[in-house]
Amino acid sequence: MDTAGDVRRRLARELPQARRLSSAAARLALVATAATVARSGLLAAALAAGFGGGPPERTAGLLLGAGAAAAVQAAAARAHTALSERAAAAARTGLRLRLLEHARRLGPVRLQNLRGGDLSTLLTRGTDALGPYYTGYLPAAAAARTAPVAVLAVLALADWPSALAVALTLPLIPVFGALVGAHTRDRTARQWDLLSRLGGHFADTVAGLPSLRAFGRAGQRSRAVRAMADRYRGATMRVLRTAFLSSLVLELVATLSVALVAVPLGLRLLSGGADLSTALLVLFLAPEAYLPLRALGAAYHDSAEGTAAARRAFAVLDTPVPEGGGFARPPHPAPGDGGPAVLLDGASARYPGAQAPALDGVDLRIDPGERVALVGPSGAGKSTLLALVLGLLPPERGRVAVAGDTAWVPQRPHLFAGTVEENIRLARPGATGAEVREAARAAEAHGFISRLPDGYATALGDEGFGLSSGQRRRIALARAFLSGAPVLVLDEPTAHLDPRSEAQVVAAIERLSAGRTVVAATHRSAPLQGMDRVVTAGGAR
Amino acid sequence: MTGRLLRLAAPALPRVCAAAAVAVGAELASIGLTATAAWLISRAAQQPPIAALGLAIVGVRALALVRGPLRYADRLLGHDAVLAAVADLRARVFAALVPLAPHGSSVFRGGDLLTRFVDDVDAVHDLLLRCLVPAAAAAAVGTAATAATAAVLPAAGAVLAAGLLAAAAACAPSALAGRRGPRRAAARGAFADAAADLVRGAADLEVLGAADAAVRRAERAEREATRLELRADRAAGAASAAVLLLQGLTAVAVAGLALRARQDGGLDPVLPAVLAVTALAAFEPAAALPAAARRFGELSEGAARLAAVLDAPAPVTEPPGPGPEPLGSGVEVRGLRARYGPGRPWALDGLDLRLEPGTTTALAGASGSGKSTLVDVLLRFLDYEDGSVRLGGAELRGVPGDRVRRTVAGLTRHDRLLHSSVRDNLLLARPEAGAGELRRAAARVRLLAWIEALPQGWDTVLGEDGAAMSGGQRRRLLLARALLADPQVLVLDEPTEGLDAATAEEVLGDVLGAARGRTVLLVSHHPAALAAADKVAVITEGGVRPAEV
Repeated sequence: MDTAGDVRRRLARELPQARRLSSAAARLALVATAATVARSGLLAAALAAGFGGGPPERTAGLLLGAGAAAAVQAAAARAHTALSERAAAAARTGLRLRLLEHARRLGPVRLQNLRGGDLSTLLTRGTDALGPYYTGYLPAAAAARTAPVAVLAVLALADWPSALAVALTLPLIPVFGALVGAHTRDRTARQWDLLSRLGGHFADTVAGLPSLRAFGRAGQRSRAVRAMADRYRGATMRVLRTAFLSSLVLELVATLSVALVAVPLGLRLLSGGADLSTALLVLFLAPEAYLPLRALGAAYHDSAEGTAAARRAFAVLDTPVPEGGGFARPPHPAPGDGGPAVLLDGASARYPGAQAPALDGVDLRIDPGERVALVGPSGAGKSTLLALVLGLLPPERGRVAVAGDTAWVPQRPHLFAGTVEENIRLARPGATGAEVREAARAAEAHGFISRLPDGYATALGDEGFGLSSGQRRRIALARAFLSGAPVLVLDEPTAHLDPRSEAQVVAAIERLSAGRTVVAATHRSAPLQGMDRVVTAGGAR
Repeated sequence: MTGRLLRLAAPALPRVCAAAAVAVGAELASIGLTATAAWLISRAAQQPPIAALGLAIVGVRALALVRGPLRYADRLLGHDAVLAAVADLRARVFAALVPLAPHGSSVFRGGDLLTRFVDDVDAVHDLLLRCLVPAAAAAAVGTAATAATAAVLPAAGAVLAAGLLAAAAACAPSALAGRRGPRRAAARGAFADAAADLVRGAADLEVLGAADAAVRRAERAEREATRLELRADRAAGAASAAVLLLQGLTAVAVAGLALRARQDGGLDPVLPAVLAVTALAAFEPAAALPAAARRFGELSEGAARLAAVLDAPAPVTEPPGPGPEPLGSGVEVRGLRARYGPGRPWALDGLDLRLEPGTTTALAGASGSGKSTLVDVLLRFLDYEDGSVRLGGAELRGVPGDRVRRTVAGLTRHDRLLHSSVRDNLLLARPEAGAGELRRAAARVRLLAWIEALPQGWDTVLGEDGAAMSGGQRRRLLLARALLADPQVLVLDEPTEGLDAATAEEVLGDVLGAARGRTVLLVSHHPAALAAADKVAVITEGGVRPAEV
């Protein structure tokens, strides 16, 4: 496991644009510190001069200078924030696009092993956590490294006893912060499980409301919702009581140090051991020495969440990519092969991470226009053979060749976010609306699509309309019609369908098979009608 | 729209105000500390007898001690009050959702919509803690500092008031930029969709040859979302810089006015420094305003979404009174027409069906033919527009939904398992059921051995909607729950979905055996279901009439 420091260094290395922007921001933070020192110094000098009844032109000049310093300070802060935000945006976008690119190179089969939900979350909310890391933590860390030292140097030049007092109390902040942090970390971690379970209760109960209502339990659950939320509150407050202790300590150190500096200064002024201008400067500047350290303590969470997100992203990026990529269409058959549409020549295949090959030395030759049914018990390698033909899995040994593009009807075709029409058109982006409808008619899909709320314009996907298995497959069949690909690959096209849907899918397949080469994996008899040849998987050798 | 969220949170406001008062106290202690320290130093420079400084020295030390604990108390009180508000709001929102389940809102479908809904409810946390309390603290502290300054030097008070008001005004664009959230949310959503498609639909995209286009689409969406994010960031950043600039300039102006007044002899020479540091400190709470304003603007979108959910019409109109009491368990459906909302296509268009008391009727038909719609109507989850449905002679429309569901219950496609123990999930159907009844129900669905082999047995927590179970186990547990409810009319929508053929047959046999003597509606096209039923009816797609087979 990499340490947080390793992850931070790797972020800097792998996202150079974000690093350049954030180091520019860090340099501007120095300008802002200098402007703050100047503003305080000039204001202190003006007040001291006016106190002694100095010439009004002199105080006015000093005040004008302080105003100018305030303007520089604001401008530097503005630019600093803008650069940090651009760094955050560059980091988010950069990491997201790299993750997408890597996912693409991994290919669909390896992507499945990564658990898609996690990767989707990482691509959105997960990488969002990099924002506060770049806009909160990195600037605070940069300021904490430079500003206290710079302020301390100015203090030392102006008044060394005060500088000494600040220098002695300043280290207490990280020391106490670490002590309180170490004390509360275990306790917080123990509460975390409970917190996330209590926090999820509301969503779970809302999702279960139809069941609760069906059994007449909805009324009493409203009380349970309040009770659980109150338990959540109790558990959270237990965590916060200790978590806020560290901020309490940091603030106490910072405010007490003001008293620690101001009271002796007053006494020295009394005895003539200091002048007013210096004393006011010290009073204005001392808090500025503590501020960056307190800000860094507050940004601790930004850092932890940002590095956690980056660590997850790097784990994905470190997944090895197979040679030639995870997806590669099989080549055309060689001139000497005798013109088959599909050829498997001693092909073996193994799923990533699997011990045994899923297919071992398979020979299969399908002529153009031939329709082949692939039968056999589950686990015999029917789906693996289809994956080889489609290019989803590269052959480990032997050779796979396919003449031309393939059209595919998987068991559960993916519905993309978009309208029904866009989902079909995916197979041929240039197709007209009429061509899309014609393909849908041929796939027996036009009828149900017309009955959808918005017909072909109905939105599908996560937040859109759900379709049944049979309807999904007819969408995929419409895609196949539209693509015009000469080789048609069907994976259990009628599994889990009711008799009527099955009849529609079979009719569409018969229409689609005309003039095409077909490979269909199946364990049902319906799609076998009209097949030219039945091949038993495991016996394909 | 945030006003609506605020009204919903009204009962929590007194406690939030108490927390805000402590926050104001902490900020005033902070101003008091710097002002007293400035007074101490300026006065000391006049070299008075040490007794003149005694009170100020005590004051500085006391205020330095007090500020931290006050801030600590403010943080704790604020979080506690706000979490109490969240608890209260959750309970009241839940009560408002009850009449909407399952067809009155899309939140019951779970997934992203549900997550977003919960976030929208919990946004009251940010509205109170990140917007309201900082704004109230800034206003109170600004007013107090202005009043104190004006008492010493009216002109300086006026300048300070103007500076603070200008700082507040400078935050308005930030709130507006936050409010332009819908476009940003749409752009973020477009990227999330494109990314999810690339991850989950990778195989389809590659084989279709559409993967390159999908990557480009995701990239375009991400760049557009980033462009809009940065625009909103710029507004908040500009507001922060403006507050900083106004802080510096106001302090300088106050110092200038105070020094002129001292020159003219109208002001104690000790006071210009005090007024200057007071002006600087008065702006400290205002530094939180740009972020608060932005968050406030962002919340309006979620508040509007929440209002839309809560204001959605209930899909079923409840009768005003208790209505007629159903006598018996026969169901008679005549010319039934129902649909999921006005203007939507008819899901059932003229259905006739009789469920004879004490018999099992199997209902077959293609997907989309309206079988589940009939189940929704029978459970009073959906109103019917035409025709009649009589339960034990009583017209369903006239009987309160809860009363109907005491007679009609079972397994529907909306059913979910809760994230609690096996036992609690079953007891949901009948809280008074004993251990023996639970065991019998589990045995009938062939799940007893599996449950007892679990490490924690009946106390095993199942995960979100039974995440730790296979599809078949989940379906069987839901079925056991329906059996345990033991209603007079048992409705089972696709009870064998996800079960392998042998288990399906066994479970069906046992379930129907257990329900003997009850009126059963069995929605299924499983051959064993059709064989075991007393009567089989078929709904045809688009068309309607159930034919006796």
